[in-house]
Amino acid sequence: MSSNDGGSDGDGGRHGPTLRTLDERVEMTEEVHDTAAEIASIEAVPLPDDVDVTNRIVVEHLHIYYGDFLAVEDVNMIIEPKSVTAVIGPSGCGKSTFLRTLNRMHEVIVGARADGTVLLDGENLYDPRVDPVAVRRKVGMVFQRPNPFPTMSIYDNVLAGKRLNSKRLKKSEADGLVEQALRDSNLWEEVKDRLGGPGSGLSGGQQQRLCIARAIAVEPEVLLMDEPCSALDPISTLAIEELMKELRENFTIVIVTHNMQQAARVSDRTAFFSIEGAGKPGKLVEMDDTETIFSNPQRQATIDYVTGRFG
Amino acid sequence: MTATATRPPAAAAPAPSPLTSGRFTLVQRLAVVAGAILVGALTWIPSGAVNWAHWAVVSVVVYCAGTYVVSRIVEGRRHALDRLATAVVTSAFGVVLLPLISVVWTVVQRGWARMDADFFTTSMRGVVSEGGGAWHAIVGTLIITAITTVISVPFGLFTAVYLVEYGQGRLARSITAMVDVMTGIPSIVAGLFAYALFVLWQGPGARSGLSGAIALTVLMTPVVIRASEEMLRLVPNELREASYALGVPKWKTIVKVVLPTSIAGILTGITLAIARVIGETAPLLVTAGIAAETNLNPFSGRMATLPVFAYYQYAQPGVPPQNGLDRAWAAALTLMIIVAILFTGARVLARFLRPKGL
Repeated sequence: MSSNDGGSDGDGGRHGPTLRTLDERVEMTEEVHDTAAEIASIEAVPLPDDVDVTNRIVVEHLHIYYGDFLAVEDVNMIIEPKSVTAVIGPSGCGKSTFLRTLNRMHEVIVGARADGTVLLDGENLYDPRVDPVAVRRKVGMVFQRPNPFPTMSIYDNVLAGKRLNSKRLKKSEADGLVEQALRDSNLWEEVKDRLGGPGSGLSGGQQQRLCIARAIAVEPEVLLMDEPCSALDPISTLAIEELMKELRENFTIVIVTHNMQQAARVSDRTAFFSIEGAGKPGKLVEMDDTETIFSNPQRQATIDYVTGRFG
Repeated sequence: MTATATRPPAAAAPAPSPLTSGRFTLVQRLAVVAGAILVGALTWIPSGAVNWAHWAVVSVVVYCAGTYVVSRIVEGRRHALDRLATAVVTSAFGVVLLPLISVVWTVVQRGWARMDADFFTTSMRGVVSEGGGAWHAIVGTLIITAITTVISVPFGLFTAVYLVEYGQGRLARSITAMVDVMTGIPSIVAGLFAYALFVLWQGPGARSGLSGAIALTVLMTPVVIRASEEMLRLVPNELREASYALGVPKWKTIVKVVLPTSIAGILTGITLAIARVIGETAPLLVTAGIAAETNLNPFSGRMATLPVFAYYQYAQPGVPPQNGLDRAWAAALTLMIIVAILFTGARVLARFLRPKGL
């Protein structure tokens, strides 16, 4: 794995040997830990000089702004291809903001901008010559609330990306694409008899899977998911989580979630973002294999968060 | 031992509970209504002649007061206030409805006399007293309104799209302010503007359907802008973002996602804007003027329209005057029917185009 394990440098000494179990370490630090001070002192871990950019998303010195307000400060991160990367953290720490910079959706908001580099398979998404519209065709997105287009049928919703991108599709091609996308999003069996019906006639979970089908029908390389289950019931959530495990075979998935159990269940790697306090920029505190983050993280702030003592 | 749970025995005389209160029964309510009508009647009986308006107003006021008092005694303060508010709101609605019904009733009653085939097939050419028709005015109104719509809708819709999707900062704010100012322009000013414009172009005394349409455009465009703007703002931002995230360019998102989602509301707004200008009289009086015969060419010559026709038939009814007055009322009724048809059409169209489930 990459060496981008936030805080692996010399932090071990402060919290004792990492051999202890998490519970023991929580015990050890019964005195109130100054999380804010720890987060304030965090500096971005430099990427290795010879980082392999092939197929990966490599984020370097990314600063994200809303107008003059610095929302996320200096993120270095490597996202592995064909895997699920979870982004967790307390509200307002900038995790959704960070996600939206990965397909240049951030700048849709008036005054919002980002400085730094985001390499997708070696290409810098923030190169001035890059067309954000082209980026979004390679990096798809699923939102918090299911948002099928209300004027279109289920069939047309799936094809929306292709059709609106002025691709002319033959009827047979279109049918095949719709079926494939809906099968890939585990929705086909439920909607195959009412493809002409409105998307808003589906349940919330089905609508969200329709949105996933719509996103993957454009054949992106990366799929960003911004709290895709937060508006759904547990059964629908389970369906989406199962789906993510399947989609991992073909897509690089980055998911923002409030739900730590969800991150633990579905992701291979986890990034923990946090914030010193209101009005301060969010920071990447630590990133590692999901197992490590939830069982043996390096930072006290991460321990506090994943054990539920903070946030 | 039996497994049935025993209920506590019902109290012989239930203690007064704070959860219950008296009920304002139907009988009491009818009594208040009857009392209000009676009191209303008593106020005009001494003078002898029935005064319906007086009766109604007094009865409504007494009803509101009576409902409050009785409910206060029977049910308590909160219920009484609730009933008072309901009574006031309902009677306010009734008061607003009255003139509307009165206008429709009067126009139908008086306009009905000339709702004959002649009225819809002949013009006023050579007519001095009896007969005559408004065919030329109907055609004129339809032509001028159609031209106005064809000019106003694209300008209005594009401006609204600019304001909602692109505009920010000073320019957008000043456009919004200008639209507000335009909404408040007196219609005669719009007419004089169009007249002056065509005098510069075609010389003194220029009259044409087109100049009338230009005058109405000045009045209609801001209404279209306002209505479309409101509707476009109602489109959830999530839909725009969903479209952008699929790699769809902005202009295509507007054309294929934003406009279709709001089209039903925009159509209703356009219909309202048409209804607003179709009955305009003053600007057409100075621009299109009046003609006795049918003129299908909007580019030259006077062109009759229904409101102006109605005005002249009323102002110069001829001898005997009843013929002209009948024609004026019939023209007013025709105008109302045209507007009603427009609204029905827009409703039906909107129902088909409305997004399902939004």
